[in-house]
Amino acid sequence: MSSLLKITDLHVSVADTPILKGVNMEIRQGEIHALMGPNGSGKSTLAYALAGHPNYEITGGTIEIDGVNITELEADERARLGMFLAFQYPVVIPGVKVADFIRHAISNIRNPDRKEGEGLVGMREFRKEIKARMEELGMDVEFARRYLNDGFSGGEKKRMEILQMAMLQPKFAILDETDSGLDSDAVRVVSEGLAKLSGPEMGVLIITHHERLLEYNPPKYTHVMLGGRIVETGDASLAHDLHANGYAKIRERHPEAAADNAQAEAASV
Amino acid sequence: MSTDAPEKADVGVGDYQFGFHDSTDNYEFKSRKGLDREIVGQISEMKNEPGWMRDFRLRSLEIFESRPMPNWGGDMADLNFDDIFYYMKAAKGQERSWDDVPEDIRKTYDRLGIPEAEKKYLAGVKAQYESEVVYGSLQEDLAKQGVLFTDTDSALRDHPEIFREHFAKIIPPEDNKFAALNSAVWSGGSFIYVPPGVNIDFPLQAYFRINSQNMGQFERTLIIVDEGASAHYVEGCTAPTYSSDSLHSAVVEIVVKRGGRFRYTTIQNWSSNVYNLVTKRAMAYGDSLMEWVDGNLGSKLTMKYPAIYLMEPGARGETLSIAFASKGQHQDAGAKMVHCAPHTSSRIVSKSISKDGGRGSYRGLVKVEDGAHHCKSNVVCDALILDPQSKSDTYPYIEVEEQDVAIEHEASVSKIAEEQLFYLMSRGLTEAEASAMIVTGFIEPLVKELPMEYAVEMNRLIELQMEGSVG
Repeated sequence: MSSLLKITDLHVSVADTPILKGVNMEIRQGEIHALMGPNGSGKSTLAYALAGHPNYEITGGTIEIDGVNITELEADERARLGMFLAFQYPVVIPGVKVADFIRHAISNIRNPDRKEGEGLVGMREFRKEIKARMEELGMDVEFARRYLNDGFSGGEKKRMEILQMAMLQPKFAILDETDSGLDSDAVRVVSEGLAKLSGPEMGVLIITHHERLLEYNPPKYTHVMLGGRIVETGDASLAHDLHANGYAKIRERHPEAAADNAQAEAASV
Repeated sequence: MSTDAPEKADVGVGDYQFGFHDSTDNYEFKSRKGLDREIVGQISEMKNEPGWMRDFRLRSLEIFESRPMPNWGGDMADLNFDDIFYYMKAAKGQERSWDDVPEDIRKTYDRLGIPEAEKKYLAGVKAQYESEVVYGSLQEDLAKQGVLFTDTDSALRDHPEIFREHFAKIIPPEDNKFAALNSAVWSGGSFIYVPPGVNIDFPLQAYFRINSQNMGQFERTLIIVDEGASAHYVEGCTAPTYSSDSLHSAVVEIVVKRGGRFRYTTIQNWSSNVYNLVTKRAMAYGDSLMEWVDGNLGSKLTMKYPAIYLMEPGARGETLSIAFASKGQHQDAGAKMVHCAPHTSSRIVSKSISKDGGRGSYRGLVKVEDGAHHCKSNVVCDALILDPQSKSDTYPYIEVEEQDVAIEHEASVSKIAEEQLFYLMSRGLTEAEASAMIVTGFIEPLVKELPMEYAVEMNRLIELQMEGSVG
C-alpha cells in the first residue's frame, strides 16, 4: 500500500495573521504534484506548516500521514514519519560538518526509536553511501567535510538540500522553490537529481515559479494557490499554461481569493 | 590494581559527574582553617624549605593582607578567607607507580581516566591531590635528554639555581591580591624545563583534584622552554560538589625563549562551589610562539585572563578561550596581550556560551607599548546565549602607545536562532540534539585545535552540560 499525505481544511496563521484559509490536498507516494501561485498566495507557508515550523500556527484542519494525525507533532517527529522540506533558503550552521550532521540525521530517521546518545549509523557504510550519493549529484566529496551551508553558493546550498533528501529517503518531499536563484546549469543538476530520486517510494510537492524543474519532473497534478487556498487543480498542462499566460485569468475566475492575495502581497512589501 | 566500575550513586548532583569525594580520615596533615603567619610558617616547615622561601611567603602574606579585594570582575562577597583550609597533605609523598598511591586516591584518578590516558598518549603525568603531588612520571628518553618535569616543591629542592632565577619573576606577589595569596601558601604545581632544541611530541599532563570541603588549592607552576625547544602541557581540574565553597588560586609563570614553541591547554571542569581565581602569564622572546588554549567549564566564579608579554621581535602570542557558564556560574575570562617589542603579533579568539542563568564575560586587554611598532593584533570574541535568563558581556580594553600598528577587534553575540533549530529538527534531530549540535559547532574552531583525545573530552563535557537543558 502506498502512503498517503492528506491535508484537510488547513488553516495557518503567522503572528496571528491568517495566511492559509482552508487548504485541501492529497499526495500519494510515487506522485509528483506542482504547487504554483503568485507571490503572497501562501505556498511557502504551506511548506513550513507541513514541516512543523513553530511560528506557523495551525489554527484549524489536519495533516495526516496514513491516517496518523501529525498536526501537533514537532518537526523532528514529522521527519521521522517521512516528511522532508527542501528549504528555499537553507540555513547556515557554523562549525557543524555536513557529514556529522547527515550521519546523525539518518541515524534518527532510519531508527525512529533511537534514544539520544545511542550509536549512530556505522561510519564505514555511511561514508560509502554519502560518497555514492554525492557522486550521483555531481558534488565534490570534499563538501562532506565542510560546515553546513557555510560559505556555500546558492547552487551548492540547493544541491546540499537534494543530497539530504537522497540520504534521508523521505516518503514525502516538499521542494520550496528549489530552482529559484540558480543559473540554468544548476537548475538542470537539481532537476536531474530530483528525477533520479523521486520514484514509486516518494511523493513530491514542487513549489516553483519556473517550468524547468517540472520539465524534468512532470507533475501528475498542478495546484494553483491564491489568497491562501487552492483555487484550481489540473494536470501538467495547467502548469504550462500558467507559465505561458500568467495568473490574470485565474484571478478573474476567483475574485475573492484574488482580493485576499492582493492584500497579503501588499502587507508583505 | 583495582578496576572497579565507578559508583554512580554518589555523584547525583545535577549534571556534574565528578562531584564524588573520598574520606579525609587518613590524611598525613591538615592545617587548621584560616590564614596567618603561623599557618604560613607551618607550611614552610612541613616542606623543609630554605629560609629565603619562608621569608618570601611571609612577605607575600603581608602584601595579600594589605590589598583590597578587587572591585571588578565577579561577586566575591561570599568568599570567606577564614573558612578555608590552606594546606592539606593526603599522602606521604609522590609515587612513581600508581600501585603505590593510596587506594582511595588512586581510585579517584582511575575514575578520572588519568592512568589510562597516560598509557595511551602522554609523555608525562603529575597528579596533584589537595596541596601535594601524589604521583609523577616522565618518559625515560625525555629525562635522558635533560627534560625536567617535577612538582614545584621538588624543583625548589633539587634544581635551586634555575628555580630561583625564574620563580616569581614574571608574576611577583605585588602583582595582585590573589598572586600574593598564592605566593604565601603555594604548594605543588608543575615545574618543567625543556632544554634547547628538545621537542616533546606528546603532551605533558597535570591533573589537579580538590577533595575536601572548604579546601584551598594553591598550586604554583613554573615552565621554562629553552631556545628552539617545544612542548605541550595540559592541565585538567575537578572537585567534589559541596554546599560550602572551595578556593582554587593558582599562579602559572612561563618563559619561552628565542625560537621556542609552547602550548598550555587547560580543560577546567570545577564543581559549581569553587572560586577559581588564577593568574597566568607567559613571556615570549624572539621568534617564539606561546599559545594558551583555555577551556573553562564549571566553577562558581572564574576570573582568569592568561597573559602573554611579547618581549622581542618576531614573538607571537595566541589565546583561544572557551567559557561555558551554566546555572549559578559566572565565567569572567579572557586574555591579555602586551606588545613590548616591534614586529610582534597576537591573536585572541574567545567563545563563550551561557545557559540556565549563567553569565559569560569576556575581559581582554591588548596593549602596545611605546616603540613597539609594526605590531599586529586580532581579537575575535563571540558569545552564544542559550536562553533569556542567561547573560553575556564584553569588556575589551585596548591601550596603544604607538602609531604604526594594526589592531582588529570583532565581537558578536548570538542567540540560538529559531531557524537553525528548525532546520536541524526538520532533519529528524530532537530539540536537545539540535541545540547541542549548534553549540558544538560554535566552539568547533577552537576544539579542532586540541589534540584528538582532548577534543573528544571537550565535546563530551559540552554535551553533558547540554543534556536535559532543553525542555
